[in-house]
Amino acid sequence: MPYDIKVNGAIRTVDVDGDTPLLWVLRDVLGMTGTKFGCGMALCGACTVHMDGNPIRSCITSVDSVASAAITTIEAIGDTPAGKRIQKAWLDREVVQCGYCQSGQIMSASALLAGNPHPSDADIDDAMSGNICRCGTYVRIREAIKQAAQSS
Amino acid sequence: MILDHPASSTAGAASSSRKGLSRRTLLQASAAAGGGLMLRLSLPLPGREAEATNAGSFAPNAFIRIGGEGQIVLTMPYVEMGQGTYTSIPMLIAEELEVDLSQVRLEHAPPDEKLYANPLLGVQATGNSNAIRAAWQPLRQAGAAARTMLIAAAAKQWNVDPASCRAQRGEVRHEPTGRSARYGDLAADAARLPVPANVALKRPQDFKLIGTPAKRLDTPMKVNGTAVYGIDVRPPGVKIATLAQSPVFGGRVKSVDDAAAKTVKGVRQIVRLDDAVAVVADHMGAAKKGLAALKIEWDDGPHAKLSTRDIAVELEQATLKPGAVAQNIGDTANAMAQAATRVEATYQVPFLAHATMEPMNCTVHVRKDGCEIWVGTQAVARVQAAAAKTAGLPLDKVTVHNHLIGGGFGRRLEADGAIRAVQIAQQVDGPVKVVWTREEDIQHDMYRPYWLDRLSAGLDAKGMPVAWNNRFAGSSVIARWLPPGFKNGLDPDSTEGAIDLVYALPNFHVEYVRVEPPGIPTAFWRSVGPSHNVFVTESFMDELAAAAKQDAVAYRRALLDKTPRAKAVLELAAEKAGWGQPLPERVGRGVALQFVFATYMAQVAEVEVSKDGTVRVRRVVCAVDCGTAVNPDTVRAQIQSGVIFGITAALHGEITLKDGRVEQTNFDTYQMLRMNEAPAIEVHIVQNTEPPGGMGEAGTSCIVPAVTNAIFAATGKRLRKLPVDGAQLK
Repeated sequence: MPYDIKVNGAIRTVDVDGDTPLLWVLRDVLGMTGTKFGCGMALCGACTVHMDGNPIRSCITSVDSVASAAITTIEAIGDTPAGKRIQKAWLDREVVQCGYCQSGQIMSASALLAGNPHPSDADIDDAMSGNICRCGTYVRIREAIKQAAQSS
Repeated sequence: MILDHPASSTAGAASSSRKGLSRRTLLQASAAAGGGLMLRLSLPLPGREAEATNAGSFAPNAFIRIGGEGQIVLTMPYVEMGQGTYTSIPMLIAEELEVDLSQVRLEHAPPDEKLYANPLLGVQATGNSNAIRAAWQPLRQAGAAARTMLIAAAAKQWNVDPASCRAQRGEVRHEPTGRSARYGDLAADAARLPVPANVALKRPQDFKLIGTPAKRLDTPMKVNGTAVYGIDVRPPGVKIATLAQSPVFGGRVKSVDDAAAKTVKGVRQIVRLDDAVAVVADHMGAAKKGLAALKIEWDDGPHAKLSTRDIAVELEQATLKPGAVAQNIGDTANAMAQAATRVEATYQVPFLAHATMEPMNCTVHVRKDGCEIWVGTQAVARVQAAAAKTAGLPLDKVTVHNHLIGGGFGRRLEADGAIRAVQIAQQVDGPVKVVWTREEDIQHDMYRPYWLDRLSAGLDAKGMPVAWNNRFAGSSVIARWLPPGFKNGLDPDSTEGAIDLVYALPNFHVEYVRVEPPGIPTAFWRSVGPSHNVFVTESFMDELAAAAKQDAVAYRRALLDKTPRAKAVLELAAEKAGWGQPLPERVGRGVALQFVFATYMAQVAEVEVSKDGTVRVRRVVCAVDCGTAVNPDTVRAQIQSGVIFGITAALHGEITLKDGRVEQTNFDTYQMLRMNEAPAIEVHIVQNTEPPGGMGEAGTSCIVPAVTNAIFAATGKRLRKLPVDGAQLK
């Protein structure tokens, strides 16, 4: 049956089974490929998006569970104050290598910063350890989050 | 948007850049970098003359195209997979072409072995940390030749001496008369000039870009979701497929019950192959749901009972018999007989999966008269050839669009994913994107080989090594991937890091026994041969220092009088790490030193071992001499990256077989290092103007023995088998 979901401020209608993970609705149905597939089991964080501002793993979030919540993806996170600062810090600190996991990293970091303007190292560990980076950019992610926090 | 995705095929080879290359000459490269593969050193460089091309554009070689409108397009012969090559390669060209990085656009090179083969490999591929080594001379020459021609064109227009003109920021200027012309306005004239055979390259002291921490060109699109990886392509009408391959390598499909799968909303088609079944659907959610609903019976074939233990036993037995002699210095038998002390050890390293964050995928549209492929690959010509063979088409009917790579590490040097996708696409009407689940990606990888090494050494009365023997057994990836590279039982990759050591060892003997494991495919994996050789060599050197009751750094240092660059990085790393300063109980420092990929590197790891056996790497200090650091920030990034990759392998990495099946499935059973486990990493770069060495992999091979040597320092336990077994450290 069709579902109406709110993505980056727009209502989108999708006709898929209700148990279809939001990840595939975004990527394959709506063509928003910035959100990435990594594991399908909420083990790597590549698919992280925001639901009403909270970071969720879209690979295990069924479309029928979204209801009227506002979904924000990497394509629009730069429109939020925290997301904008995080993206700038990512560029300033040259965080990115292959870049595939970075959409998810940026979504997790933006949610952290929005809720906690001055995170400690332990806060960063808690918020970011669900996001795997195979290129090992962790040192720079930590520095970039701290830079973004200082600029807030 | 700096990255263009041109239609790229051999079929479309009549493009402007190609015409000018028809009469190119093959020059002998003088850029012989140490280490790595050097199978062929001829490389395509400027032809005798460039031809006028459409719209007045100027394409003096296969790497540079300057349009009449002023656009400067650089075609990248090496692919970007995170290592920064789409910044460092443009830096080489831009340095000599005299343009700013902000002025260039990049294109992925199409498959074309003649134009874009890696001169150090002889094939069009990005691997073995040799892009910058391979590009160092030819791509600077490419830029210099183009600049020389643009200056000549301007000088001719103005009727002045070319020596009185200079190039700067995409313009030619004539200071005495104040005239200037943009490259675009000179393109048509420059295209009519002969390509100079010899051009002078800049002196290092005149570099403006090389040696600076230039910003990466691929970063902006990677922080806002607009970067297009292979998995992101969406040709019109594309369907999404996922698949189940025989859980035992070499097995076959016996039967498929697809009744339930066909009822899943969005499922369009079930494709049955000899050894795999695919579900084609409107989206990956439906494809995965359909796959789960399939009932597949497998014929497991000859490897149904295979276990990792069987393979280890075979390797162990193989090291009891002589192998091919990789290097012999002096007379180890005689030296062993006279040694005061003998030390013996056997080391083992496991199979490893690549686990790139972007799971394996490939999009294919098979038509009656051709085949179009979208993929991110380290070896685009290999993909084209494999697809042509699978589809039964001539090479020029296969178009390959290359893309950004979401992690390569050697996995995407292989064409197995493209072959599989073509097989599926042959049964599908229209384009189909084949996406592997993470479970398929880990269970049907092509793995870093299992290796087993048997070593012995003799020490003199002072404890210094007078004899070194090493015989190791394992798969030769080169023998399959690049057969001409395997000769007389040896290949340069399997032995790199085991021979040509930096240490003065008067009697030295290394043998390699090639053993191909049954029932599990092997492939290159970040840091390739050195991924085990450096672990083994640097662990054993540590054992010798311990047997001699000497400090691990001082012992190594005493053997380095003839290799000053190695000695310098060892001393630098030790000094910066505070080597010798006291540490708490169960905390230790370990050191490792290597010269591989033409780069000298030393690392000191500081490791804490809990009473329950948990190992935490707290701090890593790395000193590196990679010659000219083309982009020092990328050098730092690659070391940070390589260190994390290596610690992941040392602490967590192991692929095992049981009943012929890979036991690991996803990131719960094949674990990656995470933020909370990541150490502080310091990088110290030695400044010099030597030719550049490779940086993509060196950090990985060096950290592994640094960690296990630190564990020894912390606990007194010598670990000779990876990954680290915490149970032995309680």
